[in-house]
Amino acid sequence: MLTFIFILKNLSRHRLRNALTILGIAMSVLSFGLLRTTVDAWYAGVEASSSTRLVTRNAISLIFPLPIHYAEQIRGVEGVTTVCAGSWFGGVYIDEKNFFPNFAVDTRTYFDLYPELRLAENQKADFLHDRKGCVIGAKLAERFGWKVGDQVTLKGTIYPGNWDMTVRAIYHGRDTHVDETQLLFHWDYLNETLKKTSPSRADQTGFFIIGIDSGDHAAEISRAVDQRFANSLAETLTETEKAFQMSFISMSGAIVTAIQLVSSLVVLIILAVAANTMAMSARERMGEFAALKALGFGGGYLALLIMGESLAIAGIGSALGCALTFPAAAAFGSAVSQFFPIFQVSHTTVLLQGIAALAVGVAAGIAPALRASHVGIAQAMRRIG
Amino acid sequence: MNGPASPAIELRDVSKSYTRGQQTVAVLQGVSFRIEPGEFLALMGPSGSGKSTLLNLIAGIDRVDSGAILVGGTDITTLTEGELAYWRSRSVGFIFQFYNLIPVLNALENVELPLLLSPLSRRERREHARAALALVGLADRMDHRPGELSGGQQQRTAIARAIVTDPDILVADEPTGDLDRSSAKDILDLMAGLNESLGKTIVMVTHDPRAAERAHLVRSLEKGLLTNADLHLHS
Repeated sequence: MLTFIFILKNLSRHRLRNALTILGIAMSVLSFGLLRTTVDAWYAGVEASSSTRLVTRNAISLIFPLPIHYAEQIRGVEGVTTVCAGSWFGGVYIDEKNFFPNFAVDTRTYFDLYPELRLAENQKADFLHDRKGCVIGAKLAERFGWKVGDQVTLKGTIYPGNWDMTVRAIYHGRDTHVDETQLLFHWDYLNETLKKTSPSRADQTGFFIIGIDSGDHAAEISRAVDQRFANSLAETLTETEKAFQMSFISMSGAIVTAIQLVSSLVVLIILAVAANTMAMSARERMGEFAALKALGFGGGYLALLIMGESLAIAGIGSALGCALTFPAAAAFGSAVSQFFPIFQVSHTTVLLQGIAALAVGVAAGIAPALRASHVGIAQAMRRIG
Repeated sequence: MNGPASPAIELRDVSKSYTRGQQTVAVLQGVSFRIEPGEFLALMGPSGSGKSTLLNLIAGIDRVDSGAILVGGTDITTLTEGELAYWRSRSVGFIFQFYNLIPVLNALENVELPLLLSPLSRRERREHARAALALVGLADRMDHRPGELSGGQQQRTAIARAIVTDPDILVADEPTGDLDRSSAKDILDLMAGLNESLGKTIVMVTHDPRAAERAHLVRSLEKGLLTNADLHLHS
């Protein structure tokens, strides 16, 4: 008990220095947490993907469309349960700064494929009956203050013109990992309009989302789908939803790697700050350590004092940093919600913050602890006499 | 027939040198003497004469180059570092010139500290520490940190820490060197009292002839050699 009190009281020796060190560690832990959460946000789509969903797109590139009649042929592949056409619409609300994801989808099957999107049955029915209706996520509704019945006009970037829609339903995610910032509307509305304004682009879709009976059959079903369209004018590439999402991340892999590198550097910065404090702290107390050794305390006890102090500083800084991470992530996530719809601090991130701080506490204490434990009593007393 | 009483401390041909850069400095050269149980010895000599080194060797915080030091019949030069640390915690009480108290702990906690190495319970440790502080006249200063105590009170706290484990030997390195005359007298009175009432063997290094006068015996060192025969002052 006295040893524990001793360690805690040692923290009061240089209050300003220790407070600044704790603050430095807290800021570093906070930065580490935010950077990790940013990386997690990047992978949110991958995490939310299902093993029983495949995505079929044009083998050349995602920007090349596929004929809508492929849907029937895909439906005939063994193991396929559902097929849903979808197109990235790319519309903007008023101007480009109001970006949010919006898709034209086959509304007859889409919600069967995505049970994690939850909406009231009466709203769903209203939406299915209104060709110009749309469904929006709860966060999107909150962002623009939209409610059911409101008129929304999207300005088309890929499909020119103003596209009027009525909000018919607002969906909520089954859990916090579901993106609630999307707008979904009828693919039929898009296609029928294109037939009038741009007939050459009609009856085509950007991709097909395929529901399959089991994730174990994903590879063979993907092969079977692609074989159906081999040597056609629009060959397909079918992959799991996870692989599809990963292909987007790989495009920005360098950025993700850079963020991960910076988050590692932040840990090294914490280490430098803490190690400097502990080295100074131990150096100033060599005479005291010598006196303790003279009283009979072993090197292990002195190492325990230093290590305990180092861990206490790292622990307090870590707790403060972790506590600050949640409000900071909420504020940051709100500011970047158009880019990262899911920006949540995961348990893993908090765990890693704790482990990083613990590792820093140990690493910062090792050298001073060794030095203290090996202090020569007579030399430290500086008395030869 | 009974032989002569076993000495509290016996030095046999003790030598010690230090290396400074390329130079080897002989600090002690073949020093031999005995200190009887309950004796109060003052070691005097000019700076660099080797008196503090001799004290460190007797207290087991430094190693001899050659020779033997027997304390209570144990040759401490043969002990390992761990054994020596254990022996110090049981057998030696230290009184330093600059007190060497832990500034963040109060007087009671400072005195309790050496008892962490004993098997005593926390309550027992506290009782012993309170008793030691009461013995040195600081019963009303237990909650004060060293920075809140005068120099004399800090040295009293250090003395309480030295005696709390009930060691046979007290070693004091210039215990009054940092104190005013009045406080120095109080500390010397206290040490003499401990010697007389508790029978502690005391070895004190000092420059101060007034401090040395309080000892039973004064020995002088010069250039690592004992220069005089025992000078018995009083007993």
